[in-house]
Amino acid sequence: MKVLVPVKRVIDFNVAVRVKADRTGVDLANVKMSINPFDEIAVEEAVRLKEKGKATEVVAVSIGPQGATETLRTALAMGADRAILVKHEGELEPLTVAKILRGVCTEEQPGLVILGKQAIDDDCNQTGQMLAALLGWPQGTFAAKVEMEDGTVAVTREVDGGLQTVSLTLPAIVTTDLRLNEPRYASLPNIMKARKKPILEKTVADFGIDPTPRLKVLEVREPEKRRAGAKVASAAELVAKLRERSVI
Amino acid sequence: MAALVLAEHNNLALDEATAKTVSAAAQISTPVHVLVAGSRCKNAAEQASMLVFVEKVLLCDDPVYANFLAEPMAELLLSRAGDYDAILAPATANGKNILPRVAAKLDVPQISEILAVESPSVFRRPIYAGNAIQTIEAKGFKKVITVRVAAFPAVAQNGNGAIEAIAAAANPGLSRFVGENLTRSERPELTGAKIVISGGRGLQSKENFALIDRIADRLGAAVGASRAAVDAGFVPNDQQVGQTGKIVAPELYIAVGISGAIQHLAGMKDSKIIVAINKDEGAPIFGVADYGLVADLFEALPEFERALDQK
Repeated sequence: MKVLVPVKRVIDFNVAVRVKADRTGVDLANVKMSINPFDEIAVEEAVRLKEKGKATEVVAVSIGPQGATETLRTALAMGADRAILVKHEGELEPLTVAKILRGVCTEEQPGLVILGKQAIDDDCNQTGQMLAALLGWPQGTFAAKVEMEDGTVAVTREVDGGLQTVSLTLPAIVTTDLRLNEPRYASLPNIMKARKKPILEKTVADFGIDPTPRLKVLEVREPEKRRAGAKVASAAELVAKLRERSVI
Repeated sequence: MAALVLAEHNNLALDEATAKTVSAAAQISTPVHVLVAGSRCKNAAEQASMLVFVEKVLLCDDPVYANFLAEPMAELLLSRAGDYDAILAPATANGKNILPRVAAKLDVPQISEILAVESPSVFRRPIYAGNAIQTIEAKGFKKVITVRVAAFPAVAQNGNGAIEAIAAAANPGLSRFVGENLTRSERPELTGAKIVISGGRGLQSKENFALIDRIADRLGAAVGASRAAVDAGFVPNDQQVGQTGKIVAPELYIAVGISGAIQHLAGMKDSKIIVAINKDEGAPIFGVADYGLVADLFEALPEFERALDQK
């Protein structure tokens, strides 16, 4: 079984984002970029499936600028076998990404697609579910555990109030939550090996898809800042203050 | 036309997230209809019919919807989508799971986790974990929207909507419910609670969370935690407040032994009053707290408890 892992290049999660002065977006110039953390978990899960003999090949795919090659190299260094870069400059909406990935799935015929539950830049949490809908496949979102069975996959999901386990007919889509696994650090020999692994380049046009966004971003601004209040000297004073405000 | 809201419920009772989503929906399109799909969920449908703005409740009572699986739920929503110009769901685990599937089949973009409705086609939503707020316009297509419920008030419950039973849609049969492991708690649900008290790494152990629990019991508060406390195994993961956990905005949020990483602040900074108890005076949590107490939590919490008991 082949596993496809879409990965997105995003601002590194440790970087404090700055809104541009003209309020058109977030400043991406000279900012450290990394693989989306949820996608890194997806790569790890796919590689583990291969190591357990449940998957035969792990293919990473990224849609983005030439710089996304670095993101794919990260996936390859972790253990993906080969990669596909669908080149595109500028923003893409999740539905467009899902349509491109549908095209990739038609060509690659994976048995399982594992994606991050959301990208930490636009926080949309849509692409996996949309890809499942377009392909007519079942979905196991927010996965905390993935177990391959004969012709199905059991996915334990993080839901409000606890965990839910569903069984999905293959092929299927899985989206990862934080606690699914802890991604490995790529070793230096594996990073070297990854440089020799193949990356096939394509364009959005190859899939016959119009990349124009349909939602119009009017403005991006900083959230309203909260101001620090007063310090209290004791827990008793704290209770008194809260009683004054009638919240307790 | 009209707006359709997908109800959040547990088959027995309606979740308050529904009333909050209805208040967002009413700003976009009226009248508002609510879809209650589940198994033996008539009670939830009756509660939905009492929400103000709700003209009609579509009740689909069928075992196939008992566990709210995305594949059959999306088909049901799609079977009714033609009658509405906006389809909304709360941004709960169910809403986030089901709605993008509906949007993709309708070939429209989804607008995730709106915080505000500026006009029926202009919305504000957080990006980068709430470190930036995007204003977006959606024109010329059906609107499919998830709602950050902490950002909207619940509508009142003195309405009088009709209930119409509807038939189940075709089940794609691709997925099967196997089981669930839900944390049972007498305390209010985190996202709907008026008071939330959260513990962090500073609590040091699972057992020490009893200090938090005791205060929660006195205040009728929900108990939350930072990611550090969850990762350390002090509390189950569904209690995590933060960017990757629950987003809360209660009247009162008490952060105990939590430093206030960006990831945690993203989940609670819209609370009305924030209290921080931490021994590190330089902890970032004090930067957003209305009341800060620099103290050892192992002394401060019992003292807090005693002060609460003295009326």
